[in-house]
Amino acid sequence: MGKYILRRVALLIPTLIGMSIIIFAMVRLMPGDIVDSLVGLDPTVTPEAKAELRRAYGLDEPVPVQYARWIGGIAQGDLGRSYRTRQPITQEIFGALPITIELAVYALLMSVVVAIPLGVLSAIRRNSWVDFSARIGGLLGLAFPNFWLATMFLLITSLAFHWVPPVFYIPPTQDLAGNLVQFFLPALALAVALMAIEMRMARTSMLEVLRQDYIRSARAKGVRDRAIYFKHALKNAFIPVITVIGIQLGVLLGGSVIIEQIFGLPGVGWYLLQGIQARDYPVVQVTALFLATVFVVMNLFVDITYGFLDPRIKYD
Amino acid sequence: MTQASASSSTSPATINQVILRPPPTLVQRVGYFVRHHPIGVVGIVIIALVVITAVFAPQIAPYEPTSQTFKRLAPPSAINWLGTDDLGRDVFSRIVYGSRISLLVGLIAVTLALSVGVTLGVLSGYIGGKFDNGTMRVVDLMFAFPGLVLAIVIAGLLGPSITNAMIAIGIIYAPTFARVARGSVLTVQNELYLEAARLTGGGHVHIVSRHVLPNILAPLVVLVTLSMSTAILTEAALSFLGLGTQPPTPSWGKMLSEGRRFMEIAWWTTVFPGIAIVIAVLGFNLLGDGLRDALDPRLRE
Repeated sequence: MGKYILRRVALLIPTLIGMSIIIFAMVRLMPGDIVDSLVGLDPTVTPEAKAELRRAYGLDEPVPVQYARWIGGIAQGDLGRSYRTRQPITQEIFGALPITIELAVYALLMSVVVAIPLGVLSAIRRNSWVDFSARIGGLLGLAFPNFWLATMFLLITSLAFHWVPPVFYIPPTQDLAGNLVQFFLPALALAVALMAIEMRMARTSMLEVLRQDYIRSARAKGVRDRAIYFKHALKNAFIPVITVIGIQLGVLLGGSVIIEQIFGLPGVGWYLLQGIQARDYPVVQVTALFLATVFVVMNLFVDITYGFLDPRIKYD
Repeated sequence: MTQASASSSTSPATINQVILRPPPTLVQRVGYFVRHHPIGVVGIVIIALVVITAVFAPQIAPYEPTSQTFKRLAPPSAINWLGTDDLGRDVFSRIVYGSRISLLVGLIAVTLALSVGVTLGVLSGYIGGKFDNGTMRVVDLMFAFPGLVLAIVIAGLLGPSITNAMIAIGIIYAPTFARVARGSVLTVQNELYLEAARLTGGGHVHIVSRHVLPNILAPLVVLVTLSMSTAILTEAALSFLGLGTQPPTPSWGKMLSEGRRFMEIAWWTTVFPGIAIVIAVLGFNLLGDGLRDALDPRLRE
């Protein structure tokens, strides 16, 4: 197990380098000149000024040198400076990170708390009304776009309760209750699709496990239903659910870009979109790499969790 | 071996009956699907409705989707069934025309992903070796990105337009097609019929087009259907963020984001485009689920 974790962590490095090359190449391969798109069609900017700008940003160097400089900086903890705000990106992105993480974790917890019991209940009481409504809910939950749900939540709270979410971000250190209230609707909007997927998965894998021989043996021995479900079945039914959660983390991060925008939460996704709108390439590059890194690392955690949950899975 | 065990357990008469029974006709197959996968049929009906709406949009929509002739932000009424937006355009007509954008973007993006992904995946599985290794490492890297984030970055860098949204969606889905196609090729690779085709001197093109592709079709059909639903969602998301379809073209995602500014005084501008997205996505999800159960039980969750 220890060896496996070490190998997976070591494998992170080539993965991250590969991703950084893809992102860097994407930005360089885009049509149009970076400086041109930055200054726009402003006729007052002379060609000399543009050349000056290009030199200042290091864009006059060969692309491999630019890449080496960029990745070398990242390796040393220097993520570069934003074209737009001229601030070091490191500072801005780490300020934004807690917001995105909180949103993702909040949504994940919410979805698990609702979806797993519902999925298990749906499997145990197969073809009952609980099962039937859970399955319909699962189908609908997958079809609801999170940005529409978010909009509907805001519409309902404002029309029915005359409540609008706070305009500015409330840090949990300042006002924990206020923070949790502020994040409730955004997290819920993100959680619905997750709930649907986890619920479906929990239901199918529970049904699968309940068909296994060892469950029948336990029944034959006279083990009570409750013990069968909670002691024998649940643990093994969890493994596919965790796989699905791992895959869905990417959806969660993607969704946070939109949800942060709707609720005005200055997280990493919001920062990325700001960068895209301002054609702030250093910010776009770093933020995309950053989100991808978070995704890869979270998936690593998911893979490692398997080993703890299921002794049948051996890594070496 | 199969023959020996079959003759020992079954009488020759049953074998003849089994062999002589004609393959099910298309009608029989459809009948079977309808009886056994009613959810898939609901999906087909929904998709058919959306497609009909898109094809006959000029006949169905009561007004031009871009004409700004009505009172602004008027609530639903006999004249404007779903109300009007902030520029005095008929919401119902815009939703009807919006179905064209959603289907078109979905269709082109998925076709792009399918052609690029399947080509790479089939070649990878068929050739193997270094080519396979190289391609699959790139595919792994693409999977390491959260899909929507990648789509947002690509669409943002290329510049907001409907074409670029299609390209972005196509790029993020191609790796999935490559992986599924490669896996399917690997499973048919060792089948006897493929060996027979090789031994009888079939060329590579012949083997891939006549023997490999038809046998990996089932998982791809399922993937295409399910990808249509996510592509429609992604297009709506990109347009919502201003990175997809540009005004005045009616796109459901764009309508939703435009309506958001006035939602407290005109709820209909945000509620109805969202319902349209839900219906279209639901249709493809239901059909995809049904097809998956029918065509490829291995893909079942």
